[in-house]
Amino acid sequence: MKAKHQRLILIVLVLIALIGAGLLASYALRNQASYFYLPEQMAENPPEPGQAVRLGGMVEPGSLEKQADGITVTFAVTGRENSRIPVRFAGILPDLFVEGSGVVAEGRLDASGTFIADNLLAKHDENYVPRELEGMSEHQAAEMAEETTVGLE
Amino acid sequence: MIAELGHAALWMAAALAALQLVAGALGARDGEVEGITILSRPAAILQGALAAFAFAALLWVFAITDLSVKLVAANSHSMKPMVFKLSGAWGNHEGSMLLWVTVMALAGALIAAIERRLPERTMQATLAAQGFVALGFYAFLLLSSNPFERLPIPAAEGQGLNPLLQDIGLAFHPPTLYFGYVGLSVAFSFAVGAMLTRSVTPDFARAMRPWVLGAWVLLTLGITAGSYWAYYELGWGGWWFWDPVENASLMPWLAATALLHSVSVLASRDALRVWTIMLGVIAFSMSMLGTFLVRSGVLTSVHAFAVDPERGSFILVLLAIYIGGALLLFALRANSISEGERFSVASREGALVFNNVMLSAILAVVLLGTLYPLLTEAFDVRVSVGPPYFNPVSAIFALPMLAVMAVGPLLRWRRDSFGRISKELALIAALIVAGLIFFALFEGVAILPLMGLALAIALAVASFLPLRGRNLRRLPVSVWGMVMAHFGIAVALFGMASESAFSNEKLAALEVGQSTQVGPWKVRLDGIEPVAGPNWTAIEGRMLASYKGGEPSEIAPQSRNFWAPPQQTTESVLLTRWNGQLYAVMGSEADDGRWQLRLWWKPFVTLIWYGGMLMALGGVLAIIGRVRRDLKRRSIRRKIEVRRADMEELG
Repeated sequence: MKAKHQRLILIVLVLIALIGAGLLASYALRNQASYFYLPEQMAENPPEPGQAVRLGGMVEPGSLEKQADGITVTFAVTGRENSRIPVRFAGILPDLFVEGSGVVAEGRLDASGTFIADNLLAKHDENYVPRELEGMSEHQAAEMAEETTVGLE
Repeated sequence: MIAELGHAALWMAAALAALQLVAGALGARDGEVEGITILSRPAAILQGALAAFAFAALLWVFAITDLSVKLVAANSHSMKPMVFKLSGAWGNHEGSMLLWVTVMALAGALIAAIERRLPERTMQATLAAQGFVALGFYAFLLLSSNPFERLPIPAAEGQGLNPLLQDIGLAFHPPTLYFGYVGLSVAFSFAVGAMLTRSVTPDFARAMRPWVLGAWVLLTLGITAGSYWAYYELGWGGWWFWDPVENASLMPWLAATALLHSVSVLASRDALRVWTIMLGVIAFSMSMLGTFLVRSGVLTSVHAFAVDPERGSFILVLLAIYIGGALLLFALRANSISEGERFSVASREGALVFNNVMLSAILAVVLLGTLYPLLTEAFDVRVSVGPPYFNPVSAIFALPMLAVMAVGPLLRWRRDSFGRISKELALIAALIVAGLIFFALFEGVAILPLMGLALAIALAVASFLPLRGRNLRRLPVSVWGMVMAHFGIAVALFGMASESAFSNEKLAALEVGQSTQVGPWKVRLDGIEPVAGPNWTAIEGRMLASYKGGEPSEIAPQSRNFWAPPQQTTESVLLTRWNGQLYAVMGSEADDGRWQLRLWWKPFVTLIWYGGMLMALGGVLAIIGRVRRDLKRRSIRRKIEVRRADMEELG
């Protein structure tokens, strides 16, 4: 085998591996990427129960309830057009999680239409906003900024 | 005054980088060291000194909390402990970029001062490339993120530093990663220099190798430290989140791992020339891309300090110039780089090529997964990509790579046969099968962790097989380095697989005096105390934890409130045993006076970071071995020259 052929074979192998990786990745991305929903989108066109998605909106004031087991909380996330999604979360609430402020919940819908959250992301400080909250409508953003910067200069 | 001096030093360093670029370029063209060309080495050395001075000036203004400097006012506070004042100097965008150029200038100074192996033309081209890269970063620093900017009116008090970042881990984690990135920039400059002068030789590989190894060691340490920091500081109980920022450090590491193996092949066998150059370009591209992702505000996380579109586009332009330019050069020159030595499939080169390809595939998978959310956002679809994508897809390539890694070091260079090492192959296969059967007996072990555990056992044994039948006393240090690094991979893999296979989690609401069970641990809540620190107050949970009914140990996780800036953090507590860690996080009070508590028992989780440290140690041994051999070679060459001169004199 000539040196030139060896280089050619190597290049072909590398290309096959990389294209294979790319195809596999794009196939997996289509199935495994978890999509972001606003409450109104979720109400209108809900994802399959059990599919991993994210839900972002405002925690409805007065909706936060702690359950009897001491670790489960339920609350509602609201968006525009009076949409309202009930959320259940078992765990320690994140720092700065308050009613009336923005939240992103990671999890899935159950059969009854309740969103079961595995993880909650709340606004941390002015330098760290969950990305999804940045593009919320101006009204919401202003509201949220007001709510979450109380006590900050 | 000090701030102005630092600022001036930066401008002068930038001018010297321009001089280095011009002098180096002329030297590379003519191949003669005369006129302005003489200046390229001194320019690099002086530039290193000036950049170091600028960084020292920044440390100084942070140490004395000079509140008339905008950066200090925005990121420091007079009440902060000294070590966090200093680490605050690079815990922000401007300071971290200054640290980057400082390290880069010092690295340039070092090659200018000591590297004498390469032909002078290649050396000049390398210095020119290094000056070109540095110039871009000086421009970025001076034009869009000047760390020494003054405030018109000095602030009364600083705004503090994000409390999550007030941690000793921060003092080491970012600088380590930066040193690694910069090491790759040196490798990049060598690659460009060699391409420009068409001298891709084993000598070039030997000059480049210590930088690649050094960068790899620092990236390994930086990622290990960052992962441990996220593990204990964020209080989510996880050690790797496939967060885009983590991926930004993983991608250069993957490229550097591939590069350090291919550069070894080039150095000792004169094969894989084009591939090595390509990897040199890719590795630096990945570190630039990482900087872009982290620093531009395209992504938000604790790492993205400020969102400023101007800076993002500036880094993007730099990225395009360097990477586009290098790829163009590569496309023009790749054909004229002559063929390297040949080898057969069953050879050490063959195994290394296989693993290089697998590493590149993993790199592609991580890169696509990291950029995918950015791409879809252009079409107004928001997605997030997490472990359900990254874990299985990268495992498809990682598992065969790990299997070949067990075999590769047993093969000979150039041509070998699998028949010669059939006993070893049988042993490795038997270990994998035995491991699969053994760990399958445990309940609820998922398929990926199961394969990971079995491969880890086989790899741990296989990594010592190259020592068989060799005189351990006379073994080169670099071989020990390889054994150690490969063993470290096995150790870390075992920790990862064990954590995901055997972790226990418990979420409980306890009254004072009540107990709960997690895995083999019994934890009792003894009391709740308020405590105060220098710039925070906290609620502390006092608990007693006992392992399998043994002697109880006291643990006290906290929920802290910082007041400058106001922020709440959870201080988790880790109780380490030889066979794992108990992880405890304090939550808030439930309505009825019970307290929330989150506990994990993670068997052998510490092996992840011990493995990372072993890998880094292996890299250090390899550097020591290589440098020692190079020095020896140099002294032998000198002796030969002396003897030849003597012989000539004798006639």
